[in-house]
Amino acid sequence: MTDLFSKFDPLIEQRESLLSTGLTDPFNLVMERVESPTVAICNGRRTILLGTYNYMGMTFDPDVIAAGKQALDEYGSGTTGSRVLNGTYAGHKACEEALKTFYAMDHAMVFATGYQANLGIISTIAGKDDYIVLDIDSHASIYDGCALGNANIVPFRHNDVDALEKRLKRIPEGAGKLVVLEGVYSMLGDIAPLKEMVAVCKAAGAMVLVDEAHSMGFIGENGRGVAEAQGCIDDVDFIIGTFSKSVGTVGGFCVSNHPKFEILRLVCRPYVFTASLPPSVVATAATSIGKLMHGADKRAHLWQNSQKLHAGLKALGFTLGTDTPQSAIIAVIMPDLEKGAMMWEALLHEGLYVNLARPPATPANMTLLRCSLCAEHSAEQVDQILGMFEAAGRATGCIG
Amino acid sequence: MTDKAEIDATVKAVIEPFNKKGVAINDDTRFAQDLEWDSLTVLDFVASIEDEFDILITMNQQAEIENVGQLVDAIEKLIG
Repeated sequence: MTDLFSKFDPLIEQRESLLSTGLTDPFNLVMERVESPTVAICNGRRTILLGTYNYMGMTFDPDVIAAGKQALDEYGSGTTGSRVLNGTYAGHKACEEALKTFYAMDHAMVFATGYQANLGIISTIAGKDDYIVLDIDSHASIYDGCALGNANIVPFRHNDVDALEKRLKRIPEGAGKLVVLEGVYSMLGDIAPLKEMVAVCKAAGAMVLVDEAHSMGFIGENGRGVAEAQGCIDDVDFIIGTFSKSVGTVGGFCVSNHPKFEILRLVCRPYVFTASLPPSVVATAATSIGKLMHGADKRAHLWQNSQKLHAGLKALGFTLGTDTPQSAIIAVIMPDLEKGAMMWEALLHEGLYVNLARPPATPANMTLLRCSLCAEHSAEQVDQILGMFEAAGRATGCIG
Repeated sequence: MTDKAEIDATVKAVIEPFNKKGVAINDDTRFAQDLEWDSLTVLDFVASIEDEFDILITMNQQAEIENVGQLVDAIEKLIG
């Protein structure tokens, strides 16, 4: 008998050799208690959280919590049903209304997760003989959406407007075209030149989908994302987002002005063939989205945090994913996985949690320590964070 | 440029700057195993081929192409 698991042997060996050095497993951390959006107890130690995507710190907002508790009391713990059967409650409609208001768009569709939103929308709207043109650094959920559907998939070099334009021009006359882009690319924290890209797409007659998972609530005057900040949101056909970052709970969505958008509720399998979100989740999401609209002060503070951390890490001698801070993500590039894991553990001992990101999730086989800031991080916490990076960097020899 | 020999010569010329290990190239040379290209190198190489012949090689098609001979055949079909 062939063991179906033998294909995982190289990964099992890599993990074993890494952990045999006595390192803490970076992919098995348990948060024992969570005090706030920025602090948790990990391994009995009070730890500053710098790797949670909790950009706007809404997870402990009193209004959000109250809305969730009320929904639990009034509607119960779960819907036990699909959105198209018994799983649409008043709260689901209210959540979709909140999204329509937030984005000033005609339609909103809520999914169980952001992953499923990409999976569902991409696989459903691009069919056989259509073309999907996507950035090579796209998130796994975008690739999986492509794999679930039957379209022709054409990748282009990351953020390269010319490469995108050339490929669009080579698509056969009359074929349907969907271009999939992201506002912020989560591995390096860099943003896309959406204005130029969307213009190229429109000139080629392509529809455009932008995943704004890492920009919602923070980037753009109203927190609608990079497309808003660059003034091209009206030419974007579909925006995909998530509730598991700035919104502070779990769920995903797509908003659009397409006149036929509502038909997707009947034909999108990752929407139809799964249970809807629990009432408490959509209640917390709707309340949080409503508050994010008025989060200009928090947005300004988050930018200050991002700028301060970027400048501080650069001054300490770390190599960063971007020359300037472009989002709330700052990626510290590590020489290799071993060094990255050592540095990750040293930071944890200092009392700081960041994400260790490694291939295949990362571009160009990089190992990254990915930091995501929160609007609730105080300026003092950012100073503490820099002190921890300095100590851990010197202890591991990552900086001189 | 529809002659197969010309396509073959052009493909080999495009491979050259990516062939860091100086592997001898023939029809059976495999991109992943023999040339040891990672995904980023493959992307750059495919983009160069696409630009050279003004074609698109979709990911679906790329999955079927393992060696140089198969690539030359695929290009021949694509440029008709």
